[in-house]
Amino acid sequence: MAITEPGGLKALVDVERGIVSREIFVNEEIYRQELERIFARAWLFIGHASQIPRPGDFVTSSMGEESVILCRDRAGRVRVFLNSCRHRGMKVCRYDEGNTVEFMCPYHGWTYGTDGALVGVPFGKDAYGAQLDRSQWGLIEVARMENYKGTIWATWDRSAPTFLEYIGGYKLYLDLLLDSWDGREGGTEVIGGNHKWLIPCNWKFPAENFSGDRYHGVSHRSVDMVGIGPSGKGRRDMQERNEARWLDVSFPELGHSMIAFLRKHDSPLAPAYQDTPIVAEYFRHCEEERKRRRGEYWRLFGGPGTMFPNASPLARQPRTLAVWHPRGPHQTEVWRWYLVDADAPVEVKDVLRHYYIRYSGPAGLTEQDDMENWNYAHKASRGTIARQYPYNYEMGLGRATRSFEDHGLTLPGTICDVTEANASESNQRGFYGRWRQFMGAESWAELNAP
Amino acid sequence: MSDERAALARLLLKQEVEEFLYGEAELLDTRRYEEWLDLLADDARYWMPMRRNVPHGELERENTREGADVNWFDEGKDTLARRVAQIRTGIHWAEEPPSRICHVVSNVQVLRASPPGPAPSEVAVRCRFLVYRNRVETETDVLVGKREDVLRRVNGSWKIARRMIVLDQNVLLAKNLTFFI
Repeated sequence: MAITEPGGLKALVDVERGIVSREIFVNEEIYRQELERIFARAWLFIGHASQIPRPGDFVTSSMGEESVILCRDRAGRVRVFLNSCRHRGMKVCRYDEGNTVEFMCPYHGWTYGTDGALVGVPFGKDAYGAQLDRSQWGLIEVARMENYKGTIWATWDRSAPTFLEYIGGYKLYLDLLLDSWDGREGGTEVIGGNHKWLIPCNWKFPAENFSGDRYHGVSHRSVDMVGIGPSGKGRRDMQERNEARWLDVSFPELGHSMIAFLRKHDSPLAPAYQDTPIVAEYFRHCEEERKRRRGEYWRLFGGPGTMFPNASPLARQPRTLAVWHPRGPHQTEVWRWYLVDADAPVEVKDVLRHYYIRYSGPAGLTEQDDMENWNYAHKASRGTIARQYPYNYEMGLGRATRSFEDHGLTLPGTICDVTEANASESNQRGFYGRWRQFMGAESWAELNAP
Repeated sequence: MSDERAALARLLLKQEVEEFLYGEAELLDTRRYEEWLDLLADDARYWMPMRRNVPHGELERENTREGADVNWFDEGKDTLARRVAQIRTGIHWAEEPPSRICHVVSNVQVLRASPPGPAPSEVAVRCRFLVYRNRVETETDVLVGKREDVLRRVNGSWKIARRMIVLDQNVLLAKNLTFFI
């Protein structure tokens, strides 16, 4: 049965009962359909505006399996193009970043402006005569692009909703990553240098892990014992999570989710970064300002999350954005951006940078163990017998509410309070429910239908 | 010093440095990590930049910057000691069961020694490395690149004061970096 036939997807992904087939992680045909139905359709993270501050600046990035160029054109407008010459397909840019006036294809020399226009064709007049309509042969540009608080997002689908419609109520949680620590809107930048590395597992292993897996404490017990946190203990500062309600926040109709913490309305500010007085003082000051600016919303703290399909914000410690690029059903290329307040003192940025890279990425004492688990979970799920047995996502079934309220503060989303239970799989069910909709729908019109 | 004696001193220094590097590799390959930590100066720096694809004329931007950018590693002895302690917990799953690791060190060049003369207290050494990791059943990584160390003589023994590791990869092909290079 083709998976898109009625019943096929439902049999694979039964989020109502909390059962998900291993096939969706290892099956080649399903993977091929994901590229068409998810990655050619959804809003994807491309890069950060602070990577391309000047006209002519560019970085190469990726949408699904395909290379794209993120650049600021000579007029200052941010653009995203498919990195492939219109003549024979050669990559027009094989640098990771730089500044240029044009992109010249090294194969036959077709040359494009930073606005994507075809501006140079060798022997153009002699070889093509009047035949070639250059206006029709510029670089292929994304259908829609959005600069949201410095983060650049794009989609190939002209019928996709606007970015703000796409994130919907998740905006409140994404902003926990992108707004300044002191509560001002925006104001974040990325530290130079992207971690890029290959991991041997399907892209959905890390995407669902970040979406809301609080259950994998055993993965990280060794780093908690050793202590790399910015106050000398554990892997991060935990004070803001103590005396807080632990909330798994999901938007099943959108596929986005985040782990969040809601402190009590009369909780004192939580100390953090106690190893470094100047950083501790900076965050204390920022939290006071945040409380003043945001009112009751100061109580909301974000953790890891996933914005469907493959962008994962980690809102606080360490403050990062990961993208899980699909590279075949059995491989993922991870790109990691590290965020700081643009106007934070240099000493603060430096302490954060050190903390971020001892926690995250392939050399991160915490995440090394994640990669091992995803690697061998995937590997042990590929077999003929293994594929007959689905994964279990029953944790916390039926416990989430759509009308969360705490001391007059309402929060958007489908929220599962796990303060007592420690964990749920509410967010993962939301993620796979949306995955099922994307895979079954012929168009955005179908996806938007209530 | 005659030319001949100076040449002999250079040769002996190179021999001493090579023996140090081979001995270090032996400690790592036999998992004697605490003894390896003892080879590091207290203020040691351990830095491994990422490598960018940049135009030929802009190669000064090829490597991410120590102390400024995100790197693969940019740390001191304290963090390195925590890595060793993590391996020793026995529940650091990325190194449990332990990997089989082999360091091949070659092309050793003493770049400079100071003060000049028969008994320098600090030397800069460049070499090539090939680090082979095999773990669990068939999982295998091969990392190849250049290393540049500053060795300092402390109480008669060489210590690593600074290590720059330049891996010849852009996208890292290994899923993690749980081992020392």
